[in-house]
This record gives sequence, C-alpha cells and structure tokens, in this order.
Amino acid sequence: MTAGLALRAAAVVFVAALFQAAIFSSFSIYAGTPDVLLVTVISLGLLRGSVPGAVLGFAGGLVVDLLTLETLGLTSLVLTLVGFWAGRYAETTARGRLMPLFLAVGVMTVLAGFFAFALHYMLGDSVVVRHALFTTLWPAVLLNLIVAVPVHALVRTLVGKRTTFQPAGQVELVA
Amino acid sequence: MTVRPVSPTPLGPRGAGALRRRLVVGILVVLALMLISLSFRSGSDGSLGGIHAAGATVLRPFAVGVERVAQPFRDAYNWVDSLFAARSEAERLRQEVEDLRQRAIQNEFARQQNLTLRALLEYRDGPSFPGDFHGLPAEVTTRPTGAFTQAVVVAVGSDDGVRVNDPVVAPEGLVGIVTRVAPGLSRVQLLSDQQLAVPSLDLRTSASGIVRHARGTRETLVLDRVRKEDRVRVGDEIVTAGWAASGFSSLYPKGIPVGAVTSVGQTDTDLYQQVQVDPYVDFGALDAVLVLIPETRPR
Repeated sequence: MTAGLALRAAAVVFVAALFQAAIFSSFSIYAGTPDVLLVTVISLGLLRGSVPGAVLGFAGGLVVDLLTLETLGLTSLVLTLVGFWAGRYAETTARGRLMPLFLAVGVMTVLAGFFAFALHYMLGDSVVVRHALFTTLWPAVLLNLIVAVPVHALVRTLVGKRTTFQPAGQVELVA
Repeated sequence: MTVRPVSPTPLGPRGAGALRRRLVVGILVVLALMLISLSFRSGSDGSLGGIHAAGATVLRPFAVGVERVAQPFRDAYNWVDSLFAARSEAERLRQEVEDLRQRAIQNEFARQQNLTLRALLEYRDGPSFPGDFHGLPAEVTTRPTGAFTQAVVVAVGSDDGVRVNDPVVAPEGLVGIVTRVAPGLSRVQLLSDQQLAVPSLDLRTSASGIVRHARGTRETLVLDRVRKEDRVRVGDEIVTAGWAASGFSSLYPKGIPVGAVTSVGQTDTDLYQQVQVDPYVDFGALDAVLVLIPETRPR
C-alpha cells in the first residue's frame, strides 16, 4: 500500500467514523441502526487485505471511542478483528465466490454484535440481552446489507482494489 | 491419504507475510486491550482520562461540522415524518390544551396558597427545579453508537462549569445525568440506562418510588418500590421527588417531569406494585438539552 493510498484509506475511515458517531447512530429503523463504519472496515478489508483492514479498523474504532467518550479501545478491538477477518476472507476463501461482500457484512455484523455484547458484559455494563442480541441486531444486519453496496462502491472508487492477493497455501498429496 | 504443504519453509516469502500479519494484528489486539484496561480503571480522572478528553476536544469540531452538514437532511426527514401524524396529533393536542387550561387555573390558586402557607410556617426545603438551578443549553453532538450504550455527548464541558452528576433535562422532562466531563464536552448517561435510578413520586397521590429502566425493554421505565396501599392510576404524572437530609441532597432536584404511568399491576407474592412509566423524553431524538447547574455553584 503506497503512502498516498494509505492516507486516502485513513481519511475514508475517519469520515465514516464521524458520520457514524454524529449522524447514523441517531437513525433507528425498526429498532436497528446502520453501522456505516463497520461496513467501511469490512469493505477496506475485502479490498486491501487483512493487515490494512485490521489497522484501519483499529483507527476507526479509536475515533468513535474518542468522540463518544466511551471506554477507549472497546470499538477498536471489535473493528480490528472485523477488518482482519474480512481481509483474510478476501485473501483466502472469498476468491471466486459470488457475493463475498454480503456474506462478510451479514456474518460480521452478527459476530461483532455478539462480541461487543460480551465485552460490555465483562466490563459490567448493564445491557438488555433481548434488546442487544435480538431486537436491534437483526434489523441492523438488514440495514448494513442495504448500505453495503453503496459504501463498498464508494470505498472501491476512493481506495481501489488490491491487484493480487497472496495465493492461499497449496498442498500436495504424498500418499 | 496424507497431505503436506508444498513449501515447508516457515519463513519463506509467504511465511514471512503470515508472521507479519499475525504480529500486526497481535499488537493491535494487545494495544486495544491495554487501552480498555487503562480507560476502565482510570475513568475520567486518570492520565488516560486526560488524553481521552484532549482527543475528544480535538475531534469535536469535525463532529460538529458533520452534524451541521447533516442538519438540513435531518430536519427534512423529521418534517416529512411529522406530516403523517399531524392530523391526529393536532386533535389530541387541542384536547390536551383544554384540560391543561383548566388545571393551570386551579394550580395557580394552589401555588398562591402554598406560598402563603410556606411563609407562615417558615418552611425549609431542598433544592427544587427550576428555581434553584440555571440551565446551560447544549447541543447533542454524539448519540449512542449501538445497543450497548445509553449515553449521549453534549457540547458543554468542564470549562462551562459542568461537573459530574449534574442533572440534564429537555423541554419534555428528565434526560439523565452527567457521568464524564472534558473541556467543551460532557457525557450524559440517559435515564434509559439500567444503572440510573431516580427517586420519584406520583404527582396525584404522592406515592413515592424509584424510577429505573425496565428490564427487557429499551426505553420503558418502571416506578419501583411503590407500596400496594398507594392508589396509582394509568395516566398519572411521575416527577422527581428530590430530598435533602443531614446536609446531603438527591442528585435530581424535585419537580422534574419524568413520564406518565402506562400500566399498574400487582400480584399476591410481590411486595410492591408494578408500575410502568412511559418517559416524556424521546431518548432517540435528542437534539438539544439543558444541563442544570446549581445557582449556589460559583460561576
């Protein structure tokens, strides 16, 4: 990743974090809220690979935690793993698949929701299980899937696609 | 059948890439865990709290800028949304105005009588709203970012005189309490958070209890610890009770509207009534709030 491209990717994550904290978090449709930052990090992971995905996820999470005066590192940890997993998915399994974006966004929204719930629970925050894991999570998955296409298209236009991913490990039959 | 990797060298070009990848994500995860631990342990007072506050202050103009850009679109959305409910809302409000006009006249008589009796008795009282506080208007800059947080960030902070535990209200009623302050920013824990409990009373019967978040719901509240003898009815107004004793007083001054009773129930086995309260404030649509600063606090 060149310095210019890295700066552009960082700017994309920064703007997504600002929009998420200041605007999208207040939109509630059927109790769900679209997570534009999560979709952006997934998109960057898919387009640029696991390491940029993890680093940009960490940075985006840190911006959100700072803006919301939330416990520092909480969103960073979730988004680091989301970016890393999306990148690994693109580098290995997703090649040749028809809809890696939708699969990644759907699965990662659910996993990130459960992981964030576990973190908040361990920190002693009072979270309503039914509300966090059922009432809001499934509408959020749907909303994230809806915003995935425009967000991915925008990120792809701004950051571009990595030309080649390292091939997955090959094996040979010995017996 | 047995399989083995084509390239057995662990640190070949691909092995080095994998090591770098694991190293980077490992460092980031450890860094995030360290930040969580330090932030959680130090709260807003420790050294990390200062860095947190400084970072939030630096980012604030960007968030305000984005908020300003989005405001016309938000207004347009709200305008269209309100059009659908306008007719039924107007009819309901007309009826409410009629009722309130009658009550206002009765209340004015009661207020005058109350003032006279207080003067005669030389009655001493705890801090009450709004007389003993001045409201500091603040824009809501950041809203809850997920289902896990019931807090908003407002654009006033320690340099405006805001302190932790200052109550926060909206025109409709009680919003919550300040839990963290930074220069120019404060975090307000909403009443819909499970950790908040507000001593309150039924305005009609003076039945007292504690308003807290109802488990299993998002924004419904319950008035807990109401005795079975108290005759609470659906539609009763709940306001903060406030109290003062031995030099201490409630964090919430008395007289702030909280919500209206939507259901009352009791079982033979329960010690108290189950009173459900619908908050007056729509916590999901907060744009501006008032942070209440005691008049006694030096400015």
